[in-house]
Amino acid sequence: MSISYSSVTKKIWMSLMGFFLMTFLIVHLSINLLLVISPTTDLFNEASHFMGTNPFIQAFQWILFAGFIVHIIIGVVLQIENWMARPKGYRVKAGSEDSFFSKYMIHTGVIIFIFLIIHFVNFFLVAKGVIGEIPETMVDGKPMDDMGSVVIALFQLPYYMVGYLVALLILGFHLDHGFQSAFQSLGLNHPTYTPFIKGFGHFFAVIIAAAFMIIPLFIYFSK
Amino acid sequence: MDLKLKIWRQPSAHADGKFVDYQVTKISKDASFLEMLDILNEELVNKGEDPVAFDHDCREGICGMCSLFINGRPHGPDNAVTTCQLHMRKFKDGETVTIEPWRAKPFPVLKDLMVDRSAFDEIIQAGGFVSIATGGVPDANSIPIRKQNADLAMDAAACIGCGACVAACKNASAMLFVSAKVSQLALLPQGKVEAKERVQKMVAKMDELGFGNCTNTYACEAECPKEISVTNIARMNREFLVAKLS
Ligand code: FES
Repeated sequence: MSISYSSVTKKIWMSLMGFFLMTFLIVHLSINLLLVISPTTDLFNEASHFMGTNPFIQAFQWILFAGFIVHIIIGVVLQIENWMARPKGYRVKAGSEDSFFSKYMIHTGVIIFIFLIIHFVNFFLVAKGVIGEIPETMVDGKPMDDMGSVVIALFQLPYYMVGYLVALLILGFHLDHGFQSAFQSLGLNHPTYTPFIKGFGHFFAVIIAAAFMIIPLFIYFSK
Repeated sequence: MDLKLKIWRQPSAHADGKFVDYQVTKISKDASFLEMLDILNEELVNKGEDPVAFDHDCREGICGMCSLFINGRPHGPDNAVTTCQLHMRKFKDGETVTIEPWRAKPFPVLKDLMVDRSAFDEIIQAGGFVSIATGGVPDANSIPIRKQNADLAMDAAACIGCGACVAACKNASAMLFVSAKVSQLALLPQGKVEAKERVQKMVAKMDELGFGNCTNTYACEAECPKEISVTNIARMNREFLVAKLS
């Protein structure tokens, strides 16, 4: 990869996949929030039924996996190259930076990756019927998998809930740098809009992380 | 003022180096940082010891030859100045000052605090020039240029190629330097003609030399003695993308 693609090309792919994964987060979050805004799990079950059966979503799922894989592989390659570019470090560490979390993208990225695997096993593979059992439920007279109850059962385990909160907080850190960085890597810089993009990036990171975190807290304390 | 110095000493490019402690006394607050090192070196020579090797030339902040990573910052604690323009009043009496060479794989240490920055020359040689025939010297104002572009090109051209951006970057990336050089030419009519090839060649050379990748941390901009803006990096990314797609 490092041989055939230039640093700028890799950064461009990194940001395109970053934007793609951010839109995925928004879709995912909107569905999760159905568990909070609706008194029953019916809406959520209907949405997950749609996501699990719609042929377009089924095909898109593979593009999403590819997006994750490209983002992760390029991210690791870039990081290794960056470590190699300074074989001997400084005694007094440099402290100047403008985007604090840029220093920890690999660390937050690895934690998010581990979370992703756990998440994949606990929800995705369960929803696909690969592992575990899902109770059945009736929504509008149609039998459906009760994914809502799977989520609620897991979020009632304190260690699981806390682990989830920590992972999502770290996702927020990752997004805090990633949002504005993706614009810069694509060369989207403008005297008027860039300050807004930077500000909105912090806001976006906080909102996404906070909204995801509300769900387990809500379930833990209300169900 | 009196200072304790911790200086990286390395007899030659391939020898092992180490930090050596020195003491300097009665340094004027108005002395420049390099004058303080001159005083130290004079004492070392008088004692029959090897003086500390460091790069410098104009001592006016215009040539880009001086370097030094001082207490964790390229060109030391002041903003927007080179080491030669840094004054001792920026330090406290009795302070310990750690002085290191620029650290990056493409900038190998030659001796003590001197590093080989010819990697930058190689990047320029790869495309940082105009090679089309532009005719004789045109009359002033005979080529129309947007005022805004003229200003941006002039700002980019303020880069003195000292390498502080590489030294400051956690990835030892040369993106600020390369993007300033790409920008100063791409913004002007004569430079635009070869813009596409230029950006690709300079980026390829930068990668080949082993500089790191930009992670948009912006430490380079914060430490640049000439305050080169990271908007140049965005411009270079844009130029590169357009060059690849067209
Ligand atoms: S010696 Fe020329 S810029 Fe410092």
